Amino acid sequence: MKILVCISHVPDTTSKINFTENDTKFDTTGVQYVINPNDEFGLTRAMWFKEKQGASVDVVTVGGKDTEPTIRKALAIGADTAHRIDTEPLDGFQVAKELAKVAKDGEYDLIIAGRESIDYNGGMVPGMLAKLIGANFINTCVSLEIDGETATAVREIDGGKETLKSSLPLVIGGQKGLVEESDLKIPNMRGIMMARKKPLNVVEPLSAETQTEAKSFRKPEPKGEVTLVDADNLDKLIDLLHNEAKAI
Amino acid sequence: MSVLVYTESENGKLKKAAYEVASFAKGIADLMGTSVTAVTINAENVDELKTYGVEKVLKVSHDKLSKFNADAYAEVITQASKKEEAKVVVVSQSTNAKYLAPLLSVNLDAGYASNVVALPKLEDGFVVERTAFTNKAFNMTSISTDVKVLGLSNNAFGLKENEVSLSEEEFSPELTDDNFKINVESVDKNKDKVSIADAEVVVSAGRGMKGPENWGMIEELADVLGAATACSKPVSDMGWRSHGEHVGQTGKPVASNLYIAIGISGAIQHLAGISASKNKVVINTDPEAPFFKAADYGIVGDAFEVVPQLIEKLKEFKANNS
Repeated sequence: MKILVCISHVPDTTSKINFTENDTKFDTTGVQYVINPNDEFGLTRAMWFKEKQGASVDVVTVGGKDTEPTIRKALAIGADTAHRIDTEPLDGFQVAKELAKVAKDGEYDLIIAGRESIDYNGGMVPGMLAKLIGANFINTCVSLEIDGETATAVREIDGGKETLKSSLPLVIGGQKGLVEESDLKIPNMRGIMMARKKPLNVVEPLSAETQTEAKSFRKPEPKGEVTLVDADNLDKLIDLLHNEAKAI
Repeated sequence: MSVLVYTESENGKLKKAAYEVASFAKGIADLMGTSVTAVTINAENVDELKTYGVEKVLKVSHDKLSKFNADAYAEVITQASKKEEAKVVVVSQSTNAKYLAPLLSVNLDAGYASNVVALPKLEDGFVVERTAFTNKAFNMTSISTDVKVLGLSNNAFGLKENEVSLSEEEFSPELTDDNFKINVESVDKNKDKVSIADAEVVVSAGRGMKGPENWGMIEELADVLGAATACSKPVSDMGWRSHGEHVGQTGKPVASNLYIAIGISGAIQHLAGISASKNKVVINTDPEAPFFKAADYGIVGDAFEVVPQLIEKLKEFKANNS
C-alpha cells in the first residue's frame, strides 16, 4: 500500500497572531512553525500502517525552502520520502491542484490530509484534491482501517459518528482520533539522523491558477471587562443572563 | 441568474441553520438585484423558507439520498446551481456542509470561501470577510471566479425575516452509481441530545472537575438548559470524555449564544475555538485564570459548590418562566 500524507507548515498553536504591511501579510516574526496538528494525527496513523501493514509513506508539502525543517520532521518521524512542491501556497484550490499532480503521478492508494490547516482554516484542500483526481473522499475522519482494497472509516458528524466503507484510492480529511494525542511521536536522534539521508525531492510547480486571494486581515475588537458575580449571588447571574444577555 | 442556497434538513425537517443561510442568501440577492432559490433534499414542509426571503424551492426527493452522501449531495446542488444559473451558492458550515462544499466547488469551477461571517462587498470585485487563525483574526478574501461558493459560519448572520411569496418545484437530478461509491454502514447519533454545532447553549468543563466521575452535575446543568456538553482538550486527551466533545483550536469550534466554562483555565487554543460564542460565562476557583479576560460573566468559586446551586436556581427560574 502506498500512502501520501499532505503536510501543511503552520504557526504553532500558541503563536501570537499579528499582521504587517498594512495588515496584508501574516507577521512571521518570532513564530515557530510546526506540522499542522490535523496532519500530524494523519501522519502518525500512516506510521501505524507502515509498521503493521508494510505500507510505504511519502509526505508532500507546497511551499518554499523555509518549509523544509517541517517536512524533515515528518521524515524523522518515519516517512520514507518527501516531496516539496516549490511554490508559495496562495489558496486552497492552487494547493489542491499542485498536490493532485504529485498524487496522480505517485499512484497512491491512500492520501491523508488534515481536515483543515490551523492558519487559514479553509478546510477545502482534501476534498478538492479528491475530486480533482477522481478518488473517494471522507472528511472529519477519526478512525481508519484498511483491509486489502477496502477502507473502513469513522467520521465525526454533528452530534455523533458514522461508519463508512470505501474502495481505494481514498483521500481522507483527518483529525484527532485517527490516533490519540499520546501516540504522537517526537523524533528521536536516530530518526533525525536518518531523515538527513532520506530523499527530499524538490518538485517543479505547475503554477496552477488561484480562485481566491487573501486581501487583508484584522484582529478581533478587544474584549470588554468581565462582570464578576459573587458565588453566593447566583440569582444575579441568572438575572444578567436573562435580562442583559438574553441568553436564557 | 439567482443566488442558490442549500437548506439542510434532518428527518424531513429543515434545520435552524437552513433559515440562517436563507437569510444570508437573501441579503446577497438584494445586493445583486436578484432572487433566492433554495434546494432541499428529502425535506417535507419547506413553506417556512418564504419567511426568510426564498422565492423558489427546488425539492429533491430520492430514496438513495436518505443518508447523507457528500458526493451525491454535492452533485444535486451542482445540478440545481446550473439549472438556476446561480452566480453565488451558499451553504452552512455544518459538518456535512463542510464535507460537501469543496466537492461542489470543483464541480462548479467556483472559488470557495469558508467560515464567512458577513455579507460580501461588491464595490471592488467580490470580497467576503471570514475568520482565520481559528478566530484569532478576520480575513478579507476576494473570489475571482464567475461562480462563487460561500460557507456561512454558524450564528454569524442570524435569522432575518423578509417575507416573500414562494413557489415549489420538484427537481430530479441525475445521479449515477459513481456518486454512491462510499457506503454508510452505521450511524451512531445521540438523538436525545443537541449537538455542539446546533446548540444555543453549550456547557463545557475542564480539568477542574478532577475526574470523569464528577460529570454528573455538568450533564444535569446541560439538561436544565437544553444545552450540549463539551470539554477542554486535556479532558478529552485523558479519556475522561469523548473526542467529539473537545472544543478549541484542534477540536470543534463553538458559536453558541451562551457558553459556560466550568473548571477550564482558558488556554489560548481553547479561547480561540470558542470565541465566536456570543456570551461566555466562566466558573473557576482561580481568579487569575486567563478565561476571566475572555469571559462576559465570571464567578470565582468552586465548581463543586457553585454548579449544584446553579442547577437548583435554574430549575426554579425555568419553572417560573415557562
